[in-house]
Amino acid sequence: MSALTTPAFSIDDFLQNEREKDLLRFSTAGSVDDGKSTLIGRLLYDTQSVYEDQVRSIEGKGTTAPGQIDFALLTDGLRAEREQGITIDVAYRYFSTARRKFIIADTPGHEQYTRNMATGASTADAAVVLIDASKGVLIQSRRHAYIASLLRVKHVLVAVNKMDLIGYDEAAFRAIKADFSSVLDQIAVDTGSPVERIFVPVSALAGDNIVHRSDVMPWYTGPSLLELLESLPPSIDTRTAPFRFPVQRVLRPDHKFRGFAGQIASGTIRPGDTITVLPSGRSAKVGRIVTWDGDLAEAIAPLSVTLVLDRELDISRGDLIVSTDRPATVAKNAKAALVWMDQRPLELHRRYLLKHTSQTAPVFLTSIEHRTDPATLAHSPASTLHMNDIGAVTLNFLRPIALDQYNENRSIGAFILVDAESNSTVAAGMITAVSSLTAAGVPILADTWGPVTAGEREARWGHRGAVVEISGPLPLIDAIERSLFAIGAVTNRIGANDDAFLLHPTLLEIVTTLQVQSGVLALVVNANDSENLVVRADGQDLTLDAGNVDDVDDASGTSGAGRAVSAVHKLLHSTGIFISSEKAGL
Amino acid sequence: MPVAESERHTSPLQVTPHAPPRLSHLRLLEAESIHILREVASEFERPVMLYSIGKDSSVMLRLAQKAFYPAPIPFPLLHVDTGFKFAEMIAFRDEMARSIGAELLVWRNESAIAAGTNPIALDTKRCCGLLKTQALLDALRHYNFDAAFGGARRDEEKSRAKERIYSFRDSAGQWDPKNQRPELWNLYNARVHPGESIRVFPLSNWTEMDVWQYIHEEKIPVVDLYFAKERPMYVRGEALLPIEQAFVARLGEKPQMVKSRLRSLGCSPCTGAIRSDAETIPAIIAELISFRSSERANRVIDHDQEGSMEMKKREGYF
Repeated sequence: MSALTTPAFSIDDFLQNEREKDLLRFSTAGSVDDGKSTLIGRLLYDTQSVYEDQVRSIEGKGTTAPGQIDFALLTDGLRAEREQGITIDVAYRYFSTARRKFIIADTPGHEQYTRNMATGASTADAAVVLIDASKGVLIQSRRHAYIASLLRVKHVLVAVNKMDLIGYDEAAFRAIKADFSSVLDQIAVDTGSPVERIFVPVSALAGDNIVHRSDVMPWYTGPSLLELLESLPPSIDTRTAPFRFPVQRVLRPDHKFRGFAGQIASGTIRPGDTITVLPSGRSAKVGRIVTWDGDLAEAIAPLSVTLVLDRELDISRGDLIVSTDRPATVAKNAKAALVWMDQRPLELHRRYLLKHTSQTAPVFLTSIEHRTDPATLAHSPASTLHMNDIGAVTLNFLRPIALDQYNENRSIGAFILVDAESNSTVAAGMITAVSSLTAAGVPILADTWGPVTAGEREARWGHRGAVVEISGPLPLIDAIERSLFAIGAVTNRIGANDDAFLLHPTLLEIVTTLQVQSGVLALVVNANDSENLVVRADGQDLTLDAGNVDDVDDASGTSGAGRAVSAVHKLLHSTGIFISSEKAGL
Repeated sequence: MPVAESERHTSPLQVTPHAPPRLSHLRLLEAESIHILREVASEFERPVMLYSIGKDSSVMLRLAQKAFYPAPIPFPLLHVDTGFKFAEMIAFRDEMARSIGAELLVWRNESAIAAGTNPIALDTKRCCGLLKTQALLDALRHYNFDAAFGGARRDEEKSRAKERIYSFRDSAGQWDPKNQRPELWNLYNARVHPGESIRVFPLSNWTEMDVWQYIHEEKIPVVDLYFAKERPMYVRGEALLPIEQAFVARLGEKPQMVKSRLRSLGCSPCTGAIRSDAETIPAIIAELISFRSSERANRVIDHDQEGSMEMKKREGYF
């Protein structure tokens, strides 16, 4: 806004420049004391996005020295927050530079507010993750990075703040960078979404490297945080992605005109293009692209337009118009990552309402594969999800729904769940795998366009890859292998004592690692005459008495071998190797 | 812009020259707002658009025309008239509704107006409570509206920054900031029980600058009061008070002609004018760039006490 101070300011030039500006949305999150509010206040103040009366209204208040402005007060909006000195909800901030307009989704960092971070990340192109340099990498930063990755926020800018408190020490910055980089790598493995990251050493309080490059850290030659935000590629470019157009409304002003109003979720459309309507599967050509400003020769995401087709099709709100050659998957079952957001915990087999694109449909959650701790990335078995829990679940729709995976299409892969009784928004979800229906209505697996993913293998085989070490009597080993084979598990039996492995001691590990990566159960067996059967998977052991394999238990009617096999199935389920008790054959 | 090699990781941030066709921020905001308007019109039984005659309402109305074209706007407009609106605003309102063929409803709290309610006899808080908040709630209840569009923007005021696009209100029309529904992606929860309602803010993500630029680009008509001209004003230090209502005058006070304009349109007793030479929209935008105070600074209602907008919203105000 220093434009006016330049002598040659011209309003026409200004308006022309404004016309070319794009929009970047980013989210911020931080712990209570790591200076997030100060950082945002500083961004707003130094880009002259705060008015003098707003500055006056906070001058002399807050916790800073007399004469200084407590930048945090610029952003703490509600009375309750000012009274308690906390931030209780997502707040949106707006500022603009000569190059770009920005929307900040500013989310609080309290432990119980995972849902707010997810809310902020859902529309963000980038996330600014704060680390307090004087404290190192805390749980909150890990959690924010995890949620950003889970919601497919493309860029993570890591602001290592409070560098002034550690004497602007380069070594400390490098150490935090190395530490957090390895955290981000682990997160990327868990979410299956690579995290593009850039580290910037800053002091929000002193203004170092926030808007202006600072000369107090000559060892850092990179751009300031704002310069980075200005140079990130704008919103994910979906022009070349498959065309997706959820129908919001049928416009029928008179008997001559019938148009389908919606916002293009991805791709490009032109008159003459062949489209298919899902879930019905009927096709037509686009006749016109109608807008108030005139018909268009081409429209790209995310424009809101109205399509007129070349023939009458029965189309209503909630239908998905797609490119015929690259359609979405019509499914009655899918797997999804869920962020639970309601006080009342998840109930399996309870009827929820799925809100997905422009449709609302009943849905059941049929199983919980695991719960993920976003701070440690540990997966644990779960029978429910509580407020702020993140988990992987299986969905069953009562009628077929057209879906994409979230990592292929953010709009068509995202949904919320609504409690049909309380009307609360109880969860946010991201489709991770889809079981499609054939023409005959038989579920098959998604034929996605990329390589087969670990998630798709899991959905088909019912388990992830794992090494299962089994040692004990041969008949029991055979029984276990056959039983796993019988329920459809993909196993590969390897003799631990084969000559090849004895000659090349590292070969066994290489082979099993490859098999685990391919989603296979690698059964590493060691047949012997021991009294015990020992099975080890994912660090958990099971030891059974192998001496009575033929004894039949009077109560259950099962043999000793049957009980041993059953115990192995239970072990593979409790370790989360099988994705559900059903898939584990239990 | 160069990114130091040492700061790069996984994949370098390629700063590609912006390839056409790239959508401008105004096209992106427009597309988002139209999506919201269509969702509400399709998911609620009885939506209504609060039309306040100001610049934000003018933009919202244009977006509604665009959203349903070539069909007409599928909901009525509602103006809550306090009786203190400028005569030019009322004339503009009636002409606008007539020219675009929209159904216009006007609601006044007649009993409070007849009782002589004004911001000097009462305080501004109680005056607003009766003539705006109470009137709005009565109108929504009378017509049984379950969704009401408002032109409020998040950049206007700190408590508005925390508003959802779909703002849930209980059966008394009240906002509970600590108990808002999470709102992700562009998926809005439209479910309400009987008596409850949603206030919808399609311009949530627009700034004051965006609104003026859009009015300029789209040639949207706005009330003449936004443009500077010689107008009679009571001059009190920096403050300029329109003479529209006689009770505003202090004993012996005489109006002066001042080249001035209104930056936001409210009730005449509580809306100060600013000295200005801006006679065109580009001139208003140029003025905006040079401004160092926010647009609501001339509204008495926001400043009665710390957090007063938040309290009004809790009571049912927009």
